[in-house]
Amino acid sequence: MKLVVCVKQVPMVSELPWDAKTGTLKREHAEGMMNPACKHALEAAIRIKEKHGGDITVLSMGPSQAEEVLREALGMGADRGVLLTSRRMAGADTLATSYTLACAVRKVCPDFDLILCGAHTSDSETWQVGPQMMEELDVPGVACVEEFELNCNILRMKRESDDFLETLEMELPGLITVSTRHNIPRYVSFAGVENAFDEGQIEVLDVEAIGADPARIGIGGSPTKILSVYSPTAEKKGVLIKGSAKKAVEELFDKFGDLLGGVIGKDLA
Amino acid sequence: MTNNRREIWVFGDYRNYFQNRVTLQLIAKGKELAAQTGADLCAVVFGNDIDEWVWEYTCHGADRIYIVKDESLAQYKIEIYAALLERLAREYEPDILLIGATAFGKEFAPRVAKRLGAGLSADCIGLKIDKEERLVATAPAFGGNLLADIVAPDSKPQMATVRPGTFKEIPHNDNLDSEKIYIPLPDDLPEERVRLISSEKIPERGVKLENARVVVCGGRGMGSKRKFRNLNELAKLLGAEVGATRPVVYSNWASHDALVGQAGKNIRPQALFSFGISGAIQHTAAITDADFIIAVNKNPNATMMKMADVAIVADAGQVCNALIKELKKRAKD
Repeated sequence: MKLVVCVKQVPMVSELPWDAKTGTLKREHAEGMMNPACKHALEAAIRIKEKHGGDITVLSMGPSQAEEVLREALGMGADRGVLLTSRRMAGADTLATSYTLACAVRKVCPDFDLILCGAHTSDSETWQVGPQMMEELDVPGVACVEEFELNCNILRMKRESDDFLETLEMELPGLITVSTRHNIPRYVSFAGVENAFDEGQIEVLDVEAIGADPARIGIGGSPTKILSVYSPTAEKKGVLIKGSAKKAVEELFDKFGDLLGGVIGKDLA
Repeated sequence: MTNNRREIWVFGDYRNYFQNRVTLQLIAKGKELAAQTGADLCAVVFGNDIDEWVWEYTCHGADRIYIVKDESLAQYKIEIYAALLERLAREYEPDILLIGATAFGKEFAPRVAKRLGAGLSADCIGLKIDKEERLVATAPAFGGNLLADIVAPDSKPQMATVRPGTFKEIPHNDNLDSEKIYIPLPDDLPEERVRLISSEKIPERGVKLENARVVVCGGRGMGSKRKFRNLNELAKLLGAEVGATRPVVYSNWASHDALVGQAGKNIRPQALFSFGISGAIQHTAAITDADFIIAVNKNPNATMMKMADVAIVADAGQVCNALIKELKKRAKD
């Protein structure tokens, strides 16, 4: 089995430094991590490899520090890491991203059996790159797969979709996106990651190396434009209550008893 | 261009109750946008037994309905549906195409957008038309911690998926009428390469949590399984449902049905009590629709506390107990 897993480095949001004045995130100071759903996709690929043999190519597009998540992937059990990095790729929306990743797949693993992506990313949360890669590569695909079973080159999948429990089947080559519900990623020891950092080789490819049309990548290849980014929490009341639990609860009822009473239908004042 | 009318399209997603509702919500919002640009609001519906939906979209305000009715479309088939919608969009050239961000819509819309080379904003919670008559879509990022206003002025059509429950539908009105355009199924659509082996309706479970007016949600900051259980008593007093974060579910303090977050449930209560939750995005993404949030955490800098309307800096377990006491005292009906 030739497996390709697409992974993205995302900011670790629980550690995100907030700018208290503007209520926005200081993204440039954020620690990076492997997007959770991508990690589940990698875990799924490793389980296929363990059962059916094969090799795993991990692919990531991003700035040079995205190499970290590729090394982490090698530590988990991937065989090969490929980083797509170029200033010209920056600012890509999902249309440009899916095109760029598809170009790279055609280059580094043209005879793939299965591509696995995370169903969604924790930063931009579009759920779109996987389905758009299915179109770009013209292969059958299913999004948000939870469980699956491989029989020769037929992949049978289960997922919950809009209140329906679906069982689906497709012939490989194909592409799936993996939800975070199953395929809980294995624990990798620090030593394992260390080894991957010391020994693993990461191939670095740019626009020319993957044969991408420069007009279809990065900001220029992206039809969507972001006008502004802002924090919705700025509209919140943001009342801070301190003190003992008892005092805090009294203050809560004094200030918001009417509102809460209205919601629960009881007189709390 | 075969169509000299300006149109805003809404894709008719109808497979279950919530998919149907979001379609009606989009018809209502689309109509409002159409009034600003001088366009007609059109619904597009594919399937076999679809007369009911054509009627419903008419009574909820669609001016025109494009209908492709065929036995082979009875089940949702994503490749055929995507190829068909692409073809209709190329032929009739709507300005805007809106699709509900249901599980189906989130997979279907990007495929249609890719085929059309169109820009698509995801899971939007706001739509408006700006001075240049562009669609401005507001999309959440980082679990709702940030919002982005996005345009795709050069793409045809401008596309967005929209989070269910964002807009209000127009009340059903039997007296409304619509123009119905029946389109025969083209005979050169691609074969569906993914086979649907079975599709079973999942029995209703946990829907209560998703629709609850009040939710009491606990995280690892509750300290122990025993203390976490106190949230049940508090919930009873508040008439609330109990939700939990992923670490809590993993630690077996609560069942998977209670999971609020990615891979779990999205909630939209009028009041949310959040106990001992730091606010990982997997969780905060699912609570952005809560109207009023009371968060309790020892750490005033936790993401959850920043999202809250009222942030109580204290031990979550103790505040839970104090609330139980105070509620018993005050609410003597």
